Amino acid sequence: MSDKQQARQQLLARQFIEAIPHAQALGMKVVEIGAGRAVITMPYDERLIGDPETGVIHGGAVSALMDTCGGAAVMSHPSSPMGTATIDLRIDYMRAAKPGDMITAIAECYHMTRSVAFVRATAMDADMDRPVAAATGAFTVDSGKGKSK
Amino acid sequence: MKRPEPVQIVKQRRDAMLQNLVTGVPYAQFLGIKFERHGDELTAVLPYNERNIGNPMIPALHGGVTAAFLETAAIIELTWAMTWEDMEAGKITEDSPRIALPKTIDFSVDYLRSGLPRDAYARARVNRSGRRYASVHVEGWQDNRTRMFAQATGHFLMPTRDG
Repeated sequence: MSDKQQARQQLLARQFIEAIPHAQALGMKVVEIGAGRAVITMPYDERLIGDPETGVIHGGAVSALMDTCGGAAVMSHPSSPMGTATIDLRIDYMRAAKPGDMITAIAECYHMTRSVAFVRATAMDADMDRPVAAATGAFTVDSGKGKSK
Repeated sequence: MKRPEPVQIVKQRRDAMLQNLVTGVPYAQFLGIKFERHGDELTAVLPYNERNIGNPMIPALHGGVTAAFLETAAIIELTWAMTWEDMEAGKITEDSPRIALPKTIDFSVDYLRSGLPRDAYARARVNRSGRRYASVHVEGWQDNRTRMFAQATGHFLMPTRDG
């Protein structure tokens, strides 16, 4: 793939992800995408608080970010799948994210078969050295073959 | 023998307690999650909302929304089960301090079929609840109770309780 083609594919992927209604609702922004790796941010928002006592973001919002980021990593894989859906996603919550901090998720599609993509993801707040959550997931791979033939 | 409490008082106490728990979580409000109660049995309800869509082409619910919905159902069920006895004994009043929520250690979601653009329901079962840790399983469905669209298992760290 030429650089131009690659840049175009990345732009399309970014627009596609940022157009997802729920990604919009959570204010997600694609920072980086390509070659089976995606970086997406989600700003702090009081509506996403899980525990009002502490102001810490709900784990579910972090799940939504990790899921989106994982799917984005799959879509950006060089084998260019036509679509993907989550088969399973496990999240380990290592520590509470600091209230007020933006959350950044980095996902990597580390292995891909004809029908399954395997993904690892990490979420961080401003302290990038201490992740707040880690995830592993399996995603479906829609190769686009078999349907349109 | 002690006379049983009037039914309205019992219902009012339980509903107020549940209402307090749910409205205390801003993110549950953001997603529009509600809870229905029959005795001590809770059912979480996620009314359909365009904002919860993840794939506009199909369209399907966002996997993250499903995860958040199931996790909320698990946390509320666990807190509800944990406080039930005190509530029934009338030990929890409006002046009581806020009830501390369990913290999620890990949460694993199994997506069985895509979430349809309509209401979703979830019911959680506390499989084990110790002094420090709890394990909770959640089932999510839409039109048919026997056709789950997602299920999840989570582990939780219980809040430290006095007494």
